[in-house]
Amino acid sequence: MRIVVAMSGGVDSSVAAALLHEAGHDVIGFSMQLYDQRESPDAWGSCCSISDLNDARRVANTLGFPHYIVNFEEEFRKSVVDNFVSEYAAGRTPIPCVHCNSGLKFATLVDRAAALDAEIVATGHYAQVDQDPATGRFRLRRGVDRNKDQSYFLFSLTQAQLAKASFPVGALTKPEVRGHAARHHLAVADKPDSHEICFVPDGDAAGFVTRQLEHGDTGPEPGPILDTSGKTLGQHGGIHRYTIGQRKGLGLSTGVPLYIVKIDAKDNRVIVGEKSELGRGELTASRVNWIDGAPPAGPIRAAAQIRHRHTEAPGMLTPIGDDRAAFVFDVAQQAVTPGQAVVFYAADSVIGGGWID
Amino acid sequence: MRTASILEVHIVTPVRIYLDHNATTPVDARARDAMVRTLTQEDFGNPSSVHYYGQRAKSSVDDARAAVAALIQADPGDVIFTSGGTESDNLALRGALDARASEGRRHLVVSAIEHEAVLNTARALEKQGWPVSIVRAGSSGVVDPADIAAAVTPETALVSLMHANNEVGTIQPILEAAAIAKSGGAWFHTDAVQSAGKLPIAAREWAATGVDLISISAHKIGGPKGIGALWIRRGVRLSPTATGGRHERNRRAGTENVSGIAGFGAAAAAARESLAADAERTAALRDRLEASILSTIPGTAVNGDPARRLPNTSNVSFDGVEAESLLIALDLEGVAVSTGAACSSGTLEPSHVLKAMGLPHPRTKNSLRFSFGAENTASEVEHVIGILPPLVEKLRRLSRAVAAR
Repeated sequence: MRIVVAMSGGVDSSVAAALLHEAGHDVIGFSMQLYDQRESPDAWGSCCSISDLNDARRVANTLGFPHYIVNFEEEFRKSVVDNFVSEYAAGRTPIPCVHCNSGLKFATLVDRAAALDAEIVATGHYAQVDQDPATGRFRLRRGVDRNKDQSYFLFSLTQAQLAKASFPVGALTKPEVRGHAARHHLAVADKPDSHEICFVPDGDAAGFVTRQLEHGDTGPEPGPILDTSGKTLGQHGGIHRYTIGQRKGLGLSTGVPLYIVKIDAKDNRVIVGEKSELGRGELTASRVNWIDGAPPAGPIRAAAQIRHRHTEAPGMLTPIGDDRAAFVFDVAQQAVTPGQAVVFYAADSVIGGGWID
Repeated sequence: MRTASILEVHIVTPVRIYLDHNATTPVDARARDAMVRTLTQEDFGNPSSVHYYGQRAKSSVDDARAAVAALIQADPGDVIFTSGGTESDNLALRGALDARASEGRRHLVVSAIEHEAVLNTARALEKQGWPVSIVRAGSSGVVDPADIAAAVTPETALVSLMHANNEVGTIQPILEAAAIAKSGGAWFHTDAVQSAGKLPIAAREWAATGVDLISISAHKIGGPKGIGALWIRRGVRLSPTATGGRHERNRRAGTENVSGIAGFGAAAAAARESLAADAERTAALRDRLEASILSTIPGTAVNGDPARRLPNTSNVSFDGVEAESLLIALDLEGVAVSTGAACSSGTLEPSHVLKAMGLPHPRTKNSLRFSFGAENTASEVEHVIGILPPLVEKLRRLSRAVAAR
C-alpha cells in the first residue's frame, strides 16, 4: 500500500516511516515547511527547521524511499498561527498542535497524499486508531506509552480523517522507538525530544505573540492586575502574556503566593487569587468533536483531561446539543483554562473533545 | 513487496528521465576524465609553484582557460576562474561598485528577473547603502531596453542584465542594454550562466558594444559543480572580493581548483563543438513536448516569449494544478522537472520571475519548467507525453473536489 508519512525529522516519525517501509509498504516521506526558513528579521521557528527537514531527508535516503519537502507556509499561517495569536491576544491559552493535526496533517496533507494515490497518512504520534469490530466506526485511543501519549492533541479528527490515519509508534514505548531507530541505523536515533511549540522554540509564546501583534494594527495594551475582591495590585503588559494558574512574572510583592485565576479580555484585566481560588468544579466546552461522529445519548461517567500534562479526572459528561458539552468533576481541578482543549475519555478511548469556554 | 536481496535482480529499474538541465547537467565523460587526470600522482601540484609539479598543474589550468575562453570567443587572459556563477556575479557587482565609487558612480541597475545570485546581491548591496534600481520585465519575460535607459543615471556604476533567463528561457536584449550603459558611462555585466553552451557568446565582439563582464558556470554545460568563470574586458579594473595571494590576475585570490578547472575546460571544449547540433536537437524535443501539451491538455500555456527563448527550455502553466504536486507525481514516475525556483530546503516558492512578468498568483504556482539536454531522446519525450495528461487530469479532479468541500 502506498502511504505518505509526515516526517518532522524527529525520531518518532522517522521510526514510523521505517516500520511501514520495513513492512513492505510503498512509503513516501513528506516534510512540511511551515514557515519562512530564510534569515530575516521576521524569521521564526526551530522544529522543522532546515536541519530537521534535512534530517528527515537523510532518514528517507538511508531507508531508500522518496522524500519531499512541501511548502505549507500559507496553510500553516492560516490554520495554526493566526489562531494562536488571536487566541493569546484574547487572553486564552491555545493549543496549536490540535489545529495543525486536524487542519493541516489530516487535511491538506491527506489531499496531497491522495493526489499521489496514497490513501493513508501516517505520523509519529503516540496514539492508536482502530475500528470497533461491532460498528466498524473508527476509535482513537491513547498511545501505549502513557508518558508520551498524544491522543489529547488528536481529539478533533473526524471519522473520515481517522479512516486515513496511521500511528505506527502508538503501540510502542519511547525506548522501543529509540531501539528501532538504532536498529535501522537512523541518524536521528539519539536526537532529543522536542517539547516546545514548534514555531516558538525559545518557549516564549508571549514574546512571539507580541512580535506578531506589533506587525498588525492592534498592539498589546497594558491594564490592571486586580485581586478577587477588585483591589488593584499592579499593572500587566498585555493579557496575552498571561495564562491561568501562572504565578511567576506577575511583578507583585505580596505575602502569600498569588496565581492568575481569571483573564478578563473584555475589560483587559488580570485577576489574581490564592491557590485555593484556582480550583473549579466544572466546565463547559464548545466546538466539541465527538470521535464517534455523534454525541453520547445522555450524561455519562467519563474522565476529562484539561491539559497535555494533566492526569485525567473523573466526573459526569453531559452533551449539550451536537457540539457543546458540560463536565462536572468529582473533585475540583486547578487551572481550568479557557481556550485550552478538554478531552473526554472512557478508559483509554477518546470520546471527544472541545475548547474550554 | 520487498524481496530478499538474492531476488532483487527481478526488480525492474524505474524509468528515469532527466528534464532539468537548467538546474544542472550530467557530468560529461570528457570532463570527468580531465578531472581524474589532475587527481593522479604527478598532477597534484600547486599551479603557483615553480617546479615540475607546479608547472604540470599550471598547464592544466592554462589549457582549460583557453578552452573556456574559446567557448565565449574571448582571450584567455581575460577569463578568471571562480567558485561558480554565483561568485562570478558577486565579483562583478561588488567589484564594480567598489571600483567606481571614487568616481562618484555608486548606482547599480539590475532586472527583476535576474537569478538570485544577482538579485539578492543587489538587495544586499542596497541594504549596505548603495542605490539600486530594479528594472521590471514585460509579460513576455523580456526586459525592455527603454526601461534600462530610464534607470541609468550619471551615477550608475554598473548595469546587470542576464543573457537568458533560467526559468522561462527568454533571451534578453543585452547588446541594446550594453550600448545604453556604455553611453551613460556605466559598465555592463551579463549573467550568461544559463545561455553558455546553448547560445553563441561573443565576448570580443560584444566588448565593442559595451559588454564588460560575463559570468558563466561549469555545471550547466556538463562540467563539475563549484567552478565558474568571469570574463573581464581588458581595461576594466574590478576590485577583488576575495583578497590574498596574487592568483587570477589579482582578481581572485586562492589556490586554483585545478581539477574543477580542468573539468570545466573539457566541458567547455565539448560544448563548443556540439553547441549548434545540441541547440537543434533540444529545440526539436522541446517543441514536440510543448506542442503535445498545448494540444492535448486544456488549460495550458507557455510562459515567456516562445520566439525568443533558449532552445532547450519550456515553462508551462497548468491551470488548476499545484505545480509542487505535479512535480512530485512526475518524480514518482521517474521524470525529473522543476518549477524553476527552489529554496535552500528544496521546497518550492512562487517564482519571482513569473511574478515579475505580472502573471497572476495562481499561475506563478502552477508552472513547470522542462529543460532539455544533449542526452535526452525522442522516446523519452514520448514517454512524458504519455504520462502527463492523465496526471494533470487526476490532480485537477482532486483539487476541484477539495475546492468543492
